[in-house]
Amino acid sequence: MVNDSPKVAIAKTFSVLLLFIALKAVGNLSLAWGMKHLMGGAATSAASASPSVNPLFYIRAMLNPYVLIGVVALIVALLARMVLLSISDLSFVLPVTAVGYVIATYLGKTVLHEEVTAKRWIGTVLIVIGAVLTSSTVHTSSARTSSNKEAKPQ
Amino acid sequence: MRWILVALMVAATAMSDVLQSFEMKRAGEQSAGARGLMRLLVMIVQRRYLILSIGCLAVSFFSFMALVQTGPLSFAVPTSGASFILETLLAKFLLKENVGTRRAAGASIVLAGVVLVGG
Repeated sequence: MVNDSPKVAIAKTFSVLLLFIALKAVGNLSLAWGMKHLMGGAATSAASASPSVNPLFYIRAMLNPYVLIGVVALIVALLARMVLLSISDLSFVLPVTAVGYVIATYLGKTVLHEEVTAKRWIGTVLIVIGAVLTSSTVHTSSARTSSNKEAKPQ
Repeated sequence: MRWILVALMVAATAMSDVLQSFEMKRAGEQSAGARGLMRLLVMIVQRRYLILSIGCLAVSFFSFMALVQTGPLSFAVPTSGASFILETLLAKFLLKENVGTRRAAGASIVLAGVVLVGG
């Protein structure tokens, strides 16, 4: 197969990584923008409006250009993530892409004019820290630890 | 209502991952030399899990759509990080993996974050 030099391999990983993060952010934003506009002027005033439970509503929502762009961007993001996982480890991909939580909150505040309280910012940062801690763990899989010594039930 | 959607989104994502992972392990077994009828049966099982996995992904996606329809994006995306809590619990109690202190602490911090984001 293709033997990339380390530099090329790193450049490739980071390009796909940036592509994934950007597509995910744009996709989420476009989808949210489209869905909010679907609600119409009357419904947006009611903050407590509950989401539609009619499946047809969601099928029809796909016809909205913003929703459609969002869906396409998220599908391409999913493919980019699969490529990313084929060239790097999950324990690298998961912690690094956790930055997406902060990006989404930032875009929500700036583009969608959502009210982001200090409490919500702290919560978002905690989720990123927790996600990094959880996923970047040096895996203590059963092969390396005491479970080999444990008596198996069967 | 929004917490139900968050729970649905996170559970469906985790379910989809588990099914995909299960299917990939099956595929590994299959390449070890299964032939004929057995191979066909395995393929049907594989495909069924694949369909289920895609179905779960769809449930997760539509939950997210419903969340951003009425709620802020700055709620819907960060709370999807609750998947780290569920996956850690599944790893410990279902897969009987050794969950280290660091991972347990990480999942607890995510939980605290989700509570703050929602509050």
